[in-house]
Amino acid sequence: MSAAEEVVAEGHEAVEAVPKRAMTLGTGTSLVVLAALLIVPMFVKNFIIFQMTMLLIYGLAVLALNILTGGSGQFSLGQSAFYAVGAYVSAVLMEHANVNYALTIPISAVICFGFGYLFGKPALRLSGIYLALATFALATAMPQLLKLNFLEHWTGGVQGLVVTKPDAPFGLPMSQDMWLYYFTLAVTVAIYIFSVNLLRSRSGRAFMAIRDNEIAASSMGVNVALYKTLAFGVSAGITGVAGSLGAIAVQFVAPDSYTITLAISLFLGMVVGGVGWLPGSFVGAAFIIFVPNMAESISKGLSGAVFGVLLFLVIYLVPHGARQVAILGQQLVGKLRKN
Amino acid sequence: MELFTNQVLAGIATGAIYACMALAVVMIYQAIDHLNFAQGEMAMFSTFISWQLMQWGVSYWAAFLITLAFSFVAGIAIERILFKPLVKAPVLTNVAGFIALFAIINSSAGLIWDFTIKQYPTPFGSAPFLGSQLISTHQAGMIGVTVALLLALYFFFQYTRIGLAMRAAASVPESARLVGINTSWMIALGWGMATAIGSIAGMLIAPVVFLEPNMMGGVLIYGFAAAVLGGLSSPFGAVVGGFLVGVFENLAGTYIPGVGNELKLPIALALIISVLVVKPAGLFGRHIVKRV
Amino acid sequence: MYFGRTLRAAALVTATAAITLTSGAALAQKKYDTGASDTEIKIGNIMPYSGPASAYGIIGKTEEAYFKMINDKGGINGRKINFVTYDDGYSPPKAVEQVRKLVESDEVLVVFNPLGTPSNSAIQKYLNSKKIPQLFVATGATKWNDPKNFPWTMGWQPSYQSEAQIYAKWLMKEKPDAKIAILYQNDDFGKDYLKGTKDGLGAKASSMIVMEESYEVSEPSIDGHIVKIKAANPDVLLIYTTPKFAAQTIKKTAELSWKPLQILTNVSISVGSVMKPAGFENAQGVLSAAYAKDSTDPQWANDPGMKKWNEFVDKYMPGADKSDTSMVYGYGAASTLAKVLEMCGDDLTRANIMKQAASLKDFAPDTLLPGVKINTSPTDFAPIAQLQMMRFKGEKWELFGEIISGDVASE
Repeated sequence: MSAAEEVVAEGHEAVEAVPKRAMTLGTGTSLVVLAALLIVPMFVKNFIIFQMTMLLIYGLAVLALNILTGGSGQFSLGQSAFYAVGAYVSAVLMEHANVNYALTIPISAVICFGFGYLFGKPALRLSGIYLALATFALATAMPQLLKLNFLEHWTGGVQGLVVTKPDAPFGLPMSQDMWLYYFTLAVTVAIYIFSVNLLRSRSGRAFMAIRDNEIAASSMGVNVALYKTLAFGVSAGITGVAGSLGAIAVQFVAPDSYTITLAISLFLGMVVGGVGWLPGSFVGAAFIIFVPNMAESISKGLSGAVFGVLLFLVIYLVPHGARQVAILGQQLVGKLRKN
Repeated sequence: MELFTNQVLAGIATGAIYACMALAVVMIYQAIDHLNFAQGEMAMFSTFISWQLMQWGVSYWAAFLITLAFSFVAGIAIERILFKPLVKAPVLTNVAGFIALFAIINSSAGLIWDFTIKQYPTPFGSAPFLGSQLISTHQAGMIGVTVALLLALYFFFQYTRIGLAMRAAASVPESARLVGINTSWMIALGWGMATAIGSIAGMLIAPVVFLEPNMMGGVLIYGFAAAVLGGLSSPFGAVVGGFLVGVFENLAGTYIPGVGNELKLPIALALIISVLVVKPAGLFGRHIVKRV
Repeated sequence: MYFGRTLRAAALVTATAAITLTSGAALAQKKYDTGASDTEIKIGNIMPYSGPASAYGIIGKTEEAYFKMINDKGGINGRKINFVTYDDGYSPPKAVEQVRKLVESDEVLVVFNPLGTPSNSAIQKYLNSKKIPQLFVATGATKWNDPKNFPWTMGWQPSYQSEAQIYAKWLMKEKPDAKIAILYQNDDFGKDYLKGTKDGLGAKASSMIVMEESYEVSEPSIDGHIVKIKAANPDVLLIYTTPKFAAQTIKKTAELSWKPLQILTNVSISVGSVMKPAGFENAQGVLSAAYAKDSTDPQWANDPGMKKWNEFVDKYMPGADKSDTSMVYGYGAASTLAKVLEMCGDDLTRANIMKQAASLKDFAPDTLLPGVKINTSPTDFAPIAQLQMMRFKGEKWELFGEIISGDVASE
């Protein structure tokens, strides 16, 4: 017995179609944000700089997920696995092979790209809930793989590895935190520009065609297999870079740092920021870093419940995430301009 | 050989836990076409309610029935209050809603009943079953109840009007509405039933794993895996899937040298994914044909 | 002679003046580092209040209540304790963030009793480089006793390895031909016990240990592991698991009608949370070791220390579950910190705090077993290194034997 499934039904598509143009901020707004990101660190304490660095790092990871899910329509609950691989690549290279930290970033990107691409291949046959489960499996497997006995000499096993934080180069008069922040900012801007261009390019159009209607895309000649695995690879590569930066910022890697909780947080970050809206990745990252702290200060015993309630509030008010807020803002500005 | 049979039997015993959970998972999937992350937590909370009732002196079966009714109503209430407003929102937003529900329930349970483990009684006793030391009477009882539930669900979906209406509402909502089915209430009903089944699963599982707020975390993923393996549209598949996962996991842990023990869960999941690659709808699932 | 007398008098006067001036100066000299002042001492702490290890969150709550009690009694040397505690969810990156917040934003004087080996590994280098005491770390990992490399980090409870070595030595004496199976949690906690056992057995390790079986915390039930272990037919089972799994293990071995000698880690000895759920009848004969008094044990009913503890709980934590060993733990650790701060007097610099912490001599908090004392020195950063073995009989633990010392230095 076979059941027929309607593919195009309103409200039933797995991932919302976000038009290409709406995926990024306008140039003006972008420059303002960039200026703020450049200047603010000079006036705040090291600890705030550290938090801002983490915001950029998680923002990158959510961005990668946005490309994968919002761009090519593939669910992933397994980003924590790629993040972990990136983190460990950097940690192992820095601590065991004395490789310069900056050099570990591109190495990590390439390795994770390969890893994501290889994972994308068998995942081709899966979609929706099944792909979610497969990526979930990857995320749960990663901490156990990192604990394996025969890798212990490299990975440090359950004890993890301590990572040395780099000093500012050329004797620049800034703290380690500040230097790392600017380094991270540079990498983030570069990857952001790359992602925007990727989504505006032919590959990006292919991704979105696959997301909106895979069968139609395939019948129009889009090499679905290639682009789907490519999307996984790119997404994994960027997540790996985020992981590497994370390892350097936190100065420590351990299997317990990269559990399924991280994957779920990144997923929430994507939803809160707005699926498919790249700038929203950073809003989402801010949510997953700061809202738990807020929840904790409201109630230590019920911090999880408060977080859940706040999350519900957000998804009720703006079911489409921060993108909805931005659109509202844009409309408001438009109206003001008219008057 | 003895070790093999022992592990198979032990696997069946553990598998009963997964099968129970998988039934609840399939139930919700039949109703709303999604997997509910918070299912395990709702089952855990229901089990705590029954525990609390027993602490207050209520007898086991009375507590069982009260909890069942409470869970059914609570499931409907949660759906109507929290998720109905989200019905027009994208799927991913709904998933975020499930995660939020998970956090709320888990945290509340931790505050009310704290995180130390509690003993939970079983109506079946803990003696060896038929002289076998590997399966206790409780575990045999668990298998029995799961199979009974399965049969009940099967009859419900195949032979009752409401069951048919629910299936219709889940798979082809527009057509269902055209023939007068109130799809919105079908979803609510599905939630209620799934929560009730989940509570039964929780009350059966707690005697084995001990009751505490984080009790269902590990079980849920196994429940998902088992449901997917068996086919999300088939309660029978869910139960079979549960037993298969339990047995396979035990055998993998025992016989795969070196990493088998440390990678039990990933290996089990890898198996399921391999099955899915060959049979995308699961072992007993209905083959979905996409109409262009 | 007159001249000599004058000289002596002068010397006496000068000496007296000198002593008065310097001691007066010392007395009047209050030295503070960030976090300490005339009126308050700020203490920082991280605990897993959420996430997989949330059962330990009660330790933080107990410590908070303890310091409240101290404050109600006037504080320490006239200063109130401001206890700032944050949730790290047992996640190392979160721990780093929260500790940085404590140090750089809240500006605490010391970080006290942070819990969890991964979290503590993550913050150790940072705290040591900033010369902030990481005091009385709440984990039994052996690596906190390393004053040469990490002079600002000190443990508190007996290390897991030293406890494991005590069991190993006991086995070699009482059951030298035993076949031992080890069930351990696959993380730093379990692996530390494993190492301690093997080190303790020394050359006989390979002949005595017939099976090492690990499990993951994420597994719902470990019954399958027990079946596998039983097949190897050991006569001793070392249970290095956290409470939930310890209860499952004891219950399962009884269900399988298998009666090996079971030795349980001190972490899982709670009568209310482990032995009772496992079933008292199943737990007869289980061995373990303790350094603190059991709050449910009637033999301490008239013990002055435990009476104080009971009064404390009744007044400051009403309704709490008294059978939770974490509450005894939190009380003990907090009272150790209180003692150290008291010993500091008005010199509340971080260096002095470490100095005083490393000079504890035979300090006995209310909650430790009689005979178990806290001793530290500049080369010994393991405050508690003694345990007494005990056997479960009836519905409680029965101590036996001598207090054993299990000092294991970090490598």
